[in-house]
Amino acid sequence: MSLDLHAAAPADGGRAARPAHRRRGTSFTRLDLKYSPYLYILPFFVIFAVFSAYPIAYTVWIALTDRSPLNATISFVGLDNFVELITDDPQFWNAVVNTFGMFLLSTVPQLLMALLLANALNRKLRAQTFFRMAIAMPIITSTAVVALIFSMIYAKDFGLVNWALDAVGMGPIDWRANRFASWFAISTMVDWRWVGYNALIYLAAMQSISKDMYEAAALDGASRRRQFWSITVPQLRPTIIFTLIISTIGGLQLFTEPLLFTSGAGGLSGGSEGQFQTITMYLLDVMNQRFRWGYAGAVALVLFVLIALMSTVNYLLARRISSDK
Amino acid sequence: MSVPTRRRRFAAIAIASVAVLATATACGDDSSSDSGKSDGPVTLVVDVFGDQGFGYDELYKQYEADHPNVKIQERGKGLGLGDYNTRLTQQITAGSGAGDVVALEEGTIVQFYAQADKFVNLADYGANDLKGNFLPWKWEQGTTPDGKVLGLGTDVGSMALCYRSDLFKAAGLPTDREQVGALWPTWDQFIATGQKFAAADKKHKFVDSATNFYNVVLMQIAGQGTGYTYYDKSNKLVIDQNPDVKSAYDLTTKMIAAGLSNNLQSFSNEWNAGFKNGTFATIACPAWMTGVIKGQAGDAAAGKWDIAKAPGNGGNWGGSFLGVPKSSKHQKEAAELAKFLTSAKGQIEAFKKVGNLPSSPQALADPAVADSTNDYFSKAPVGKIFAAGASELKPVYLGPKNNAVRTAVENTLRAVEQGKSAEDQWQAALKNGAAAGK
Repeated sequence: MSLDLHAAAPADGGRAARPAHRRRGTSFTRLDLKYSPYLYILPFFVIFAVFSAYPIAYTVWIALTDRSPLNATISFVGLDNFVELITDDPQFWNAVVNTFGMFLLSTVPQLLMALLLANALNRKLRAQTFFRMAIAMPIITSTAVVALIFSMIYAKDFGLVNWALDAVGMGPIDWRANRFASWFAISTMVDWRWVGYNALIYLAAMQSISKDMYEAAALDGASRRRQFWSITVPQLRPTIIFTLIISTIGGLQLFTEPLLFTSGAGGLSGGSEGQFQTITMYLLDVMNQRFRWGYAGAVALVLFVLIALMSTVNYLLARRISSDK
Repeated sequence: MSVPTRRRRFAAIAIASVAVLATATACGDDSSSDSGKSDGPVTLVVDVFGDQGFGYDELYKQYEADHPNVKIQERGKGLGLGDYNTRLTQQITAGSGAGDVVALEEGTIVQFYAQADKFVNLADYGANDLKGNFLPWKWEQGTTPDGKVLGLGTDVGSMALCYRSDLFKAAGLPTDREQVGALWPTWDQFIATGQKFAAADKKHKFVDSATNFYNVVLMQIAGQGTGYTYYDKSNKLVIDQNPDVKSAYDLTTKMIAAGLSNNLQSFSNEWNAGFKNGTFATIACPAWMTGVIKGQAGDAAAGKWDIAKAPGNGGNWGGSFLGVPKSSKHQKEAAELAKFLTSAKGQIEAFKKVGNLPSSPQALADPAVADSTNDYFSKAPVGKIFAAGASELKPVYLGPKNNAVRTAVENTLRAVEQGKSAEDQWQAALKNGAAAGK
């Protein structure tokens, strides 16, 4: 703007003297006004195009081919990869079942615990800030470290859990051999890490609920529990939808925890019979072990569709939480 | 006035700095492409894998001293074979990022036959003159079917059996390596010995894991039988037709049924802990495994381990090659370095450092290898034990997706260890193996 003022000031006196300069100035200003907003937002779109749009488009393309580093040529195979994946690939469906199983086993208790925890922290407590910070601590630990430590806790021979089971007279469990046991173990890892995060989000939302409603309810004789279910939960509806969708995306992309649950050769197989192989692990298995890059592209796209579907279902379910009442 | 001046000055600085950056990068490009042609300083990157690496440190120093214009940088020590191979495949396919000299493992070099055009044909740099420096079957493995030299052999696995003499003694078994070797002329007798051990020692298991046992047995049986494992020599998946695979599988499930396996997943943390805590008494031992044992069991177990002849007749598991990707900017220098590292002298040095058995007949015959003993393994004459079988071996052909199929079959064996039915798991091995090899 200062440049304009500067250019305009002598123009009062010598308009005729410097017409060319002035015209150049205004046209530059016009260009500036017209295009610089686009320039300002350009970096985002360039980065988006390079790191999001292009990979997505390329995945769609590669999924329609038989691309593999072992093939000298790439041929277009149409929808063959998708047909094989959906009709003739028991390992993929095993991975889908595992992923959804672990998703349910981890997300439902996770969000419930987070809700109750947030409710508890919303009351007047001693050392309130300490507790609020303490529940957030797991978020800043690395997933890999969490997975490694939990794998030791759930180790077959020298693990803490099996030691405790032994102490109370129950036999040790081979946590990697049994499908449900492995799901449970992995879900505890996920929950340990994410309950605090969700609780923090709920807590923030709870603090914006008007105190008047609770006072009015208390005057009408509503108990604490009744207040929680009839005021807190309905008021949190948008927040619950948000956490549900975030958990769905995270849950269906579950990868590090089950991968590091075993160490050594064949980690991507997710157990001797694929007991805890998730879709993302299967994707990498197909890509890096079997070198079927085109097929891996198809797996990635089907995973994308599954996440979109699940998010929609969650959204519809969560919308009914309070509108039914 | 001051504001626009400042703006203009800022613009000038911005433009100037962009120009400087551009020139600087241009210079960078120039200098690196120059050094590819001239004798300017060259940095060669060598990619290896495995917890112990390839034992080349001294050789690098020597090579750098003899070639003042060459600097050598090694990557990958500590990286597992699976991760290493995944990364290498991506780098080779993308045509950038790989080292100037890369290690290619026996099971994965076959996969790169299909991408031979991404590698320098080492015959162009005089590799054919070196043919006599390698065991004939090793040379053959490093050469594509149409005669391109993809990699020069570093080591071979050969085969022996490592055992804990202290545990053998406690169980009332002989401890002398000749007598121990005489206990098991065949794998069936090895299992029978294991049952004797198990009857006397309830605390320790006889074998570390089913998968190591299986891999060794399969490579031995296939070496004497069909000469291939999951793929035949035309790269057709024959897992369900090759009798050698079934024989090795059945021997392994028999060993598991006898309760001899420690059920440890090979190369896992638990497996490593098994070495440290001494939870098993024997492990099938290609030459490179001696380095793994020493690294994992540590000084505390020095002198407790010994090496005996493996059951059956010889065999080979593992061993690597060095190749030069086309993406290297210094192909000539890299090829020279690969030739140096795989020379008889280089192989002897690697053998001294990490126990990798040379693939060069001259190195195998050299007193430094042939007469060598390994202090860690109770002064066992490792040179004699391992070299004996290596020269007469017949190669086993491994197909392009060998690792994927092997992993699928290994998983079913782990399931048997976890108590699943051996018959069901064999069916699963056929099915999953076929899916993995598709």
